Amino acid sequence: MNATWSRFNIVSIVLGFAFLYLPIVLLVVFSFNASRLVTVWGGFSTQWYAALFRNQGLMDAAWVTIRVALVSASAATVLGTMAALVLTRYTRFRGRVLFTGMVFAPLVMPEVITGLSLLLLFVAVGLDRGFLTVTLAHITFSMCFVAVVVQSRLISFDRSLEEAAMDLGAPPVKTFFQITLPVIAPAIISGWMLAFTLSLDDLVIASFASGPGATTLPMKIYSQVRLGVTPEINAACTILIGIVSLGVIAAAIVNKRREVQRRRDEQAAMRLD
Amino acid sequence: MKSLGSIRRDFAPWSDPQAKPYIRFENVTKRFGDFTAVNNLSLSIFEREFFALLGASGCGKSTLLRMLAGFEEPTSGKILLDGQDLRGIPPYRRPVNMMFQSYALFPHMSVEKNIAFGLKQEGMPKTDIDRRVAEMLKLVKLERFASRKPHQLSGGQRQRVALARSVAKRPKVLLLDEPLGALDKKLREETQFELMDLQQELGLTFVVVTHDQEEAMTMADRIAIMDKGEVMQVATPAEIYEAPNSRFVAGFVGNVNLFEGSVAERTENTARITGGSGAQILVENAGEAAIGNDVAFAIRPEKIRISSRKPQDAVNALEGEVYDIAYLGDMTVYYVKLDDGQIVRASMLNAARIVDDPLTWSDRAWISFRPDAGVVLTR
Repeated sequence: MNATWSRFNIVSIVLGFAFLYLPIVLLVVFSFNASRLVTVWGGFSTQWYAALFRNQGLMDAAWVTIRVALVSASAATVLGTMAALVLTRYTRFRGRVLFTGMVFAPLVMPEVITGLSLLLLFVAVGLDRGFLTVTLAHITFSMCFVAVVVQSRLISFDRSLEEAAMDLGAPPVKTFFQITLPVIAPAIISGWMLAFTLSLDDLVIASFASGPGATTLPMKIYSQVRLGVTPEINAACTILIGIVSLGVIAAAIVNKRREVQRRRDEQAAMRLD
Repeated sequence: MKSLGSIRRDFAPWSDPQAKPYIRFENVTKRFGDFTAVNNLSLSIFEREFFALLGASGCGKSTLLRMLAGFEEPTSGKILLDGQDLRGIPPYRRPVNMMFQSYALFPHMSVEKNIAFGLKQEGMPKTDIDRRVAEMLKLVKLERFASRKPHQLSGGQRQRVALARSVAKRPKVLLLDEPLGALDKKLREETQFELMDLQQELGLTFVVVTHDQEEAMTMADRIAIMDKGEVMQVATPAEIYEAPNSRFVAGFVGNVNLFEGSVAERTENTARITGGSGAQILVENAGEAAIGNDVAFAIRPEKIRISSRKPQDAVNALEGEVYDIAYLGDMTVYYVKLDDGQIVRASMLNAARIVDDPLTWSDRAWISFRPDAGVVLTR
């Protein structure tokens, strides 16, 4: 490909990136603002980070969010993987199309509707709203994302691996845990990470499903912002951005390394032939 | 002693009426929905036999193998292994192992672990597993690669790992699904002989599925030619080639010329066949063909002689014109268009470097053959 830096290319790339990242850059910059006023630069300071860690309300909310995300991501991964297995393996049962549609519907369902219906359900069965209900709600909407990720891996999975394991004497359950699971593990881990992030930044569904004592970080930030944006919130968001970016970059580096290593191995193997 | 083909086989339990078949398919039918993959098939395979199932894709040969391995159950009929009915026995309890076409090596395990997998399932003690794995690695000459992962191996090495893994448990029967399909030509030829040696050494019964007739001819003691879920002929490679039982088998294995016609005269062994254009040939091996039957005389290209003048002594000689010539180095193939329009393929071994008076395109030529050079087919 012949990449020339024409003026048009430069303008489009600057505009595009500005559109994407200017708000985030502003937020990060102002988290280091010494002034209390969010839009007026008063010199560099890290005082809001100190204040953030002293803010018990925000810290509690962060802890709740992490716990919800850990539990819901894990449960959603198990359920989503099971759904993906059924969808790819048992292709001949009645109502498969309907079932597929039903598993994937929450992907496009407006969150408000998901949240509201969950709220109605919790009220109807008399479940007190709190940690448990938020977690259940998050499992519900994130498991379909896991199912999509795992299913796409399972479609390219060579079934003869499982047949070979059984042929060598491994019963089906053992085959699943010793062969299938390790082979599709990268997809399951990606699914888990996706579910974790989805749970971490969900506001709408948590607002419906949560109750006293189970305020998540997005809810807390949103409610505080309504009283006015404080640099503390900027600091909290900057930390979140930092964590997410680190995760993404680390994953990319690991993937790249593995691919390079794999290619090198394959070339070495070709030469041996 | 006279026999079909150019080799003598001392191992022939199939011609001994006392011998008990080791694997027996009895009226096996397998349907997938409306599609009949295997149709009322019966077949016997003997102990220590190298048996090949040969056919085009979709002929049911792989289904047959998968039923033996236990991945598919017959819709009707039964499969016996050493006298035991296999119905209902899951793949992980059958004393057969399979080598898969894709090799199906476990990508997250090293070569060693792959080979040890089956032994571990048996609950074999660790020291015994280690010994057996070392033995297998030596057998397939992969000692140096024990700790490699499958993706760090070449195609030929992967094939050998798959082989080592499938024989590690010393199964009674080894099933091979297109074992050499993914290898290039040169490696395939070497590996054919390695497989044959291995089978001799381990004394196992091999059942191999292949669509490559050369592979089947080289390796197998007997070949079953399959078409549309049915066995067309089961015989040794030489019998399949020299005495096919039908037009399909004759055409499927190697090249063949078919002279269609009807039987005009018949003696105990010979028959006179009149072709559509009135040409007559006298043949032996007439089998059950009766006067008036529509038959085909099948003759292989290398058994036809081609000459520029009519041979004096030939019983059967037909005249035509050289239509096309393919020079292949070791032999030359002539396509002769007979005066009735039929194109006959005749091949000549280039035993001499220098040829007197060679033929060229559009020359008049005679083809001739002995009465016993082919077979009469009624099917």
